[in-house]
Amino acid sequence: MAQGQMAPGIVSGRLSSDELTSNFTDLHPPLAPHEAAVAADRCYFCYDAPCVTACPTDIDIPLFIRQIQAGQPQSAGRTILEQNILGGMCARVCPTETLCEEACVRETAEGKPVEIGRLQRFATDDIMASGAHPFDRAASTGKTVAVVGAGPAGLACAHRLAMLGHDVVIHESKPKPGGLNEYGIAAYKSTNDFAQAEVDWLLKIGGIAIETGSALGESISLEGLVENYDAVFLSIGLVGVNALRAGGVDKDGVRAAVDFISDVRQASDLANLPVGRNVVVIGGGMTAVDAAVKSKLLGAEHVTIAYRRGRDAMGASRYEQDLAASHGVRILPNVQPVAVHGNGTAAEIELEYTSSQNGQLTGTGETIRLPADQVLKAIGQTLEGAPEGLTLDGNKIAVSGAGRTSLTGVWAGGDCAAGGEDLTVTAVAEGRDAAMDIHATLVS
Amino acid sequence: MADLTTNFLGISSPNPYWLASAPPTDKEYNVRRAFEAGWGGVVWKTLGAEGPPVVNVNGPRYGAIYGADRRLLGLNNIELITDRPLEVNLEEMARVKADYPDRALIASIMVPCEEEAWKAILPRVAETGADGIELNFGCPHGMSERGMGSAVGQVPEYIEMVTRWCKKYYDRPVIVKLTPNITDVRKPAAAARNGGADAVSLINTINSITSVNLDTFSPEPSIDGKGSHGGYCGPAVKPIALSMVSEIARAEATHGMPISGIGGVTTWRDAAEFISLGCGNVQVCTAAMTYGFKIIDELTAGLSEWMDEKGYSSIDEVIGRAVPNVTDWKYLNLNYIAKAKIDQDQCIKCGRCYAACEDTSHQAISMSEDRVFEVIDEECVACNLCVDVCPVEDCISMVQMAAGEVDPRTGKEVQPSYANWTTHPNNPMAKAAE
Repeated sequence: MAQGQMAPGIVSGRLSSDELTSNFTDLHPPLAPHEAAVAADRCYFCYDAPCVTACPTDIDIPLFIRQIQAGQPQSAGRTILEQNILGGMCARVCPTETLCEEACVRETAEGKPVEIGRLQRFATDDIMASGAHPFDRAASTGKTVAVVGAGPAGLACAHRLAMLGHDVVIHESKPKPGGLNEYGIAAYKSTNDFAQAEVDWLLKIGGIAIETGSALGESISLEGLVENYDAVFLSIGLVGVNALRAGGVDKDGVRAAVDFISDVRQASDLANLPVGRNVVVIGGGMTAVDAAVKSKLLGAEHVTIAYRRGRDAMGASRYEQDLAASHGVRILPNVQPVAVHGNGTAAEIELEYTSSQNGQLTGTGETIRLPADQVLKAIGQTLEGAPEGLTLDGNKIAVSGAGRTSLTGVWAGGDCAAGGEDLTVTAVAEGRDAAMDIHATLVS
Repeated sequence: MADLTTNFLGISSPNPYWLASAPPTDKEYNVRRAFEAGWGGVVWKTLGAEGPPVVNVNGPRYGAIYGADRRLLGLNNIELITDRPLEVNLEEMARVKADYPDRALIASIMVPCEEEAWKAILPRVAETGADGIELNFGCPHGMSERGMGSAVGQVPEYIEMVTRWCKKYYDRPVIVKLTPNITDVRKPAAAARNGGADAVSLINTINSITSVNLDTFSPEPSIDGKGSHGGYCGPAVKPIALSMVSEIARAEATHGMPISGIGGVTTWRDAAEFISLGCGNVQVCTAAMTYGFKIIDELTAGLSEWMDEKGYSSIDEVIGRAVPNVTDWKYLNLNYIAKAKIDQDQCIKCGRCYAACEDTSHQAISMSEDRVFEVIDEECVACNLCVDVCPVEDCISMVQMAAGEVDPRTGKEVQPSYANWTTHPNNPMAKAAE
């Protein structure tokens, strides 16, 4: 019997299994073939299309949509995957509303862009369902490359290198490959264990070995990799979590949103996953929205996103904010955490209103208290465990050109590298481009 | 509300919309439904001679061409004339006509090209009380292989001969239905007039294969792996029909002859266009087969509203209004000069005009780094392709240059006078014409 939303504290089983299953189905169900045909027909096949310019991986969007229109979704899938080998995941998680679909001329014309993301999913699902891998490896070059981190950047880099004839070993510290595709990202965007299915499909290219539980600074070192491989690609992500500067943050019930999201993603039975009755998420990015929506879907009664600046400054797009709101999440902007109160366990959070003048954020002195038995920190991740000797740019690994670090023979990409937004699609582009640069270096 | 009552060849109907001779008018049940829905008249599905009726295929009879969202743009059929006994059809026609005296009921007929055959059937049709007959000289499939349908319609002498027989043995209006599967539609129309026909109706369907199945390599619709050309109709054929109607309307030999317009009439606007090109009424089939009889509500209300807006009180006032404006190319005003103009406020920056002009036309549109598209007047010949491919209605327009302005393309001043090819210096025949 479900405990219900009113049960106090952080408890599991707030909703019935049926409710949970229904809550965690696809956010955007796949297009049926006729729906895809209708959606594809809306594409104007623009000249030098703005959607392509807006895509970090430069997918030839008008071409793949025309291929769907012409009845060949598999060709469409190939067009996508040639540029973005994780096109399946990107179709699910890309913030298309701020990328291709924002640039779509039909957005300008009528506020209703071509559904590029869903069409991309239609095509990539089709080609992946066929079982075959669409790319072949070039003849072996005899070169080996180490990739550190099996997230989107690492996988994209490895695939491209393998395709070009190099042998690749991916070192992954976690038990499963996929990076944030597996451990992050809203569950309702990547259903049916898609992240693992995609990795399995990607590995069909051959020439890629994945060693899980292999962490930099533990079983392997950058020095050793440089010595044993012809090149190294670092895609180690941002595994540190920014510290929340407020009182009482060590109380039970306060944790990092990314850990909560990871638990949801890895849960074998969502009914066993505990969530608070009153959840407050601190932050304003996609992670905050994901954590808040997931809390709500798990049965939390009240979920609030508390963000220190105005809504316009939130990292989450307006679409994501609306998504949260439509799930009953309250977005409370212009407040910053002062303290978490409670007797060893979080019970309330005290927030201070803020005002921003010339970009300078100051507290107004006025505070409010919200019931909070669970506080999720989503105030950003930070680079942690980067090997010594690498030049940093701010708190990321400095790169020039296609991901070249300050060390010869070492490239970096994805969230750990400077430049670009921290998006799956950006990571894929960086991994792919670094692979092309590594290839050019190795065969020259 | 404008009065839509139509008097075509003395046959009155409450509106100018007749259902064409086709499956929707094959039997009493359908026709009663049509009249209840409000259709002005029907041309009953083509009758054949007495005796065992024709048989149809037992597989698909139709194939289709689609636009976006499976909107049916063209339909093709290999159905033959009625496959029900003559006697049954005649009895039903008589019953329906008696019950709906205010609606037009026309009998479509196709019998062998022998005087006896026509002489035999015409009195029986007359007994039904039908308002007139339509001679099916148009069907391009099946019956034409047996020397009927378009096989007759393609030989003007036969048309004239058969029409003459009909006028001899039948005393009500005779309409000759023409096939478009011919090089010059004016010839059969003139033949019909010479034979005494009261009117022509056109177009019948166009020879067509809608598609080829790329797995079986059978044309569609496929009957056990084989296909036969069918008759094409629906919105896709309207432009062909309009042109043929206009040819007959303005040809000296047929000018003024009543025309019943057929071919892709789907909305009131299509009907208004046919009527303006000289048709006294229109016949509809594919639109009814696609959407059902209820479309008559839009067809009548729309036409009436448009007539009200324009101040026309009867269909007669609209008939033929566009005919004087249909001319030969050689009479088009070569001093009329226009330039494309792009409304930047409406432009959504898709660049289709640019691709079309740059790749396939006159390189008369420029594209800037930030996707601003502008017409280069020095190159623009006003071909209209940019207007046609632009997805935004009225975003690009063709603006006439005023007399006295200098056309940047030619450097010449725009002349106020009318001048055409017949007098143009480049025309080798120009002098001879003087």
